[in-house]
Amino acid sequence: MERVYLKEEGLPFCKGCGHTTISENTDKALQKLGIPLLDVILVTDIGCHGIIDKSFKMHTVHGLHGRSVALATGISAGLSNPDKKVIVFIGDGGVTIGIQHLINAAHRNFNMTVVIHNNMLYGMTGGQPSEFTPQGFKTPTLPDGAGEKASDICAIISAAGASYVSRVIGIGDLSDHLAEAFAKPGFSLVEVMEICPSYGVKSNPGMKLSKVVQEAGLEIRVYADRNIPGPELLSESKFKSLFTGKIDIPVTHVSSLKSTVRIQVAGSAGEGVQSAAEYFAAAAIASGLNATKKGSYPVTVGIGFSASDVIISPDPILYTGSPVPDYLIITSDDGLAYAKGALAAMKEGTVYIDSSLPVPETKASVVTYAFREFAGSRNAALVGFLYLLKEAALYPYEALESRVAGRIGKTIG
Amino acid sequence: MAQRIIFTDSSRLMVEAAVQAGADVFIGYPITPANLLYYYSSQRFPVFMAAPDEITTLQLMSGYAATGKVPVTATSFPGYALMIESINMAYMMELPMVIILVQRLGPATGTATMGAQGDLNVVTGTISGGMAIPVISVSDPADAWELTAKAVEVAVKLRTPVVLLTSKEEVMTQFGLDPDELAPIQKVERKVYESDEPFFPYKAGENKVPLFLGVDTSRHQVRFTASTHDTRGIIQNSGAEALGNSIRLHEKITENLDSYTCYSYDMQEGAKALIVSYGITAQAAREAVAQLRNDGESVALLIPQTLYPIPNLYFDIMSRYPRVVIAEENLTGQYRHLLFGVNAPAGVTGVNAFGKMITPAQIKSEVLDHGKSIS
Ligand SMILES: Cc1ncc(C[n+]2csc(CCOP(=O)(O)OP(=O)(O)O)c2C)c(N)n1
Ligand code: SF4
Repeated sequence: MERVYLKEEGLPFCKGCGHTTISENTDKALQKLGIPLLDVILVTDIGCHGIIDKSFKMHTVHGLHGRSVALATGISAGLSNPDKKVIVFIGDGGVTIGIQHLINAAHRNFNMTVVIHNNMLYGMTGGQPSEFTPQGFKTPTLPDGAGEKASDICAIISAAGASYVSRVIGIGDLSDHLAEAFAKPGFSLVEVMEICPSYGVKSNPGMKLSKVVQEAGLEIRVYADRNIPGPELLSESKFKSLFTGKIDIPVTHVSSLKSTVRIQVAGSAGEGVQSAAEYFAAAAIASGLNATKKGSYPVTVGIGFSASDVIISPDPILYTGSPVPDYLIITSDDGLAYAKGALAAMKEGTVYIDSSLPVPETKASVVTYAFREFAGSRNAALVGFLYLLKEAALYPYEALESRVAGRIGKTIG
Repeated sequence: MAQRIIFTDSSRLMVEAAVQAGADVFIGYPITPANLLYYYSSQRFPVFMAAPDEITTLQLMSGYAATGKVPVTATSFPGYALMIESINMAYMMELPMVIILVQRLGPATGTATMGAQGDLNVVTGTISGGMAIPVISVSDPADAWELTAKAVEVAVKLRTPVVLLTSKEEVMTQFGLDPDELAPIQKVERKVYESDEPFFPYKAGENKVPLFLGVDTSRHQVRFTASTHDTRGIIQNSGAEALGNSIRLHEKITENLDSYTCYSYDMQEGAKALIVSYGITAQAAREAVAQLRNDGESVALLIPQTLYPIPNLYFDIMSRYPRVVIAEENLTGQYRHLLFGVNAPAGVTGVNAFGKMITPAQIKSEVLDHGKSIS
């Protein structure tokens, strides 16, 4: 058969290498399917098999060792023309290092065909074993043979949900096997068992491929044929600007605040600390001030302390660190433990602390109030902010109260 | 009042800016403190894809980019470390993309919820061979908006991965902002190869950047490769043409630096001291400068936004001052070392911090009491 996808020149592999068989049969299979040359995108991995890209005339993409399937997934997902065919050439070494990508692409059933060149060892680097080296199979670095059974990639990828999976022996005419896989929708995979004359045969003189495969317990058959179409192709975006929606804060009040004020609130997770701080900052903005807010909490957000630093100012706020707060609101045990540093650092200002807690040692003045009792522990932080506004008049109380109307149900003080 | 204020964070600004500038795919793997970027992206990008890890993230981005898309991701050091080999691949393939690196406290997993500026060495050293990758640093909300758009533009125009450097405090702190006051963003114009003449995927065009053609074309054969290659994209060991091609990748980044040199320079008559700061610490520096001037001190401020490659202009500016104070939130002064090596000239000192933000007071005292800290 004349070559269409392959160049006329010789292929770059050692004499007798199974990779030659796969490349020639890929050309033949594509011819059988009549896929136009520039509708085929071949993604090759790193390994002996990967250097074939220069011999092919379709689009070629040659990336990193083990990552070709992930790269091909991006290409497949980026295409908007269903007639394009993505093919991946990868070795058993590439599958060993990048098996996650095969599982992921099969699981999500991306349109592509992966052709595994399984010569049961790493050819390019000198014949080291892979996860797919059969038990007893020798390599230059394993003169006594591999100790474990070879992994069954067809079983793994089939279980992951691929549309089509098969294993074949890479001798003779494979073009029908390959064409069958190429024609399937979604994710298809063909594992071609083959030999590396330079390392495999040399380390296992007289080996017979079909016997090695059989003894390894690797069945030559179709593992999955589910005919599942791949994901939908790209379509127009359904999203609008992130500045639309109900996020505007109208300026409805006036504050007479003259300088920057830093407030820290420290309480427990699940007690509305972050949202209270956000309401407080938003209400400051509604009063014509600048405001920033940042939260501190352990990565397990549902337990332990939850604290927030709010800065409000008539001037632009640049530095948002919180060296020493002017006001510190403490609503729980967790909060008290968290606020130790701030309590020690405060030389002036006011600490508002829940009346159930011990009065802490600090140079700031301390005010106690039943924040937790007033409207339940879930509203303790919010009550703390409302109380602060009553006491310190940083901006109009109503600016905050109107934003949280209904949550507390009664006026403080 | 006609003013329209939203209470938001720079993550929102960055995502909106990236999309308006022409980025169309977001791929990500969750990591604190980059999760807000991930979330907003899921609500905004035409294509959003959750990747199973950061190596896959970069590979998916590269695949999309090979079809003509402009992908973005957001990560932190642990994810960035996994991406490095693939960023090298994208660099070799000349694929446009933006990687937003939200710095947090290391080493390793460190403290996920604490900000830092500790990844500069890893980022500037990303590309093997000593080649430059553009690193743009965000220092305030206005930067989050404008420089994100700039990063997309540089990625597309120079066909390269671009790192947009920020940190936890910047992308997670909320503030009030009037979105109508943000400068409008132009969608970046993309040139592709339109000729019927044979296509050489790696032939240098204008500014040493080859014209792009995606693998979705049916007009010419397109080759992308991460191995050393000639202008056709054919693997070569180390022939002159192929080595020249690899060197061109560096030159297109450095020789076009003028087109993306971004900085802010606030001079003051008679100032003998210059504060240099970037990223989150630039805010403390701005405040320190305001306070010093208020106290009658003369002081100048340079905020490099394009951190790397280092524009010569920064050296010009610094050379005008007998005292230069470089403030950054890492243990040893990474940018100071990049600028001056480990043995900074007399007059150049650093203000550094690890595991806490640098305060305006620290910067002020270094300016007033110069030379006491160890460089
Ligand atoms: C990340 C990484 N690790 C290791 C290598 C070195 N390497 C190159 S090819 C290869 C193995 C190739 O074996 P296989 O994938 O089976 O292909 P073959 O050479 O047998 O065709 C390895 C380990 C690499 N290129 N990249
Ligand atoms: S070393 Fe082995 S795998 Fe590589 S080309 Fe030669 S025979 Fe084929």
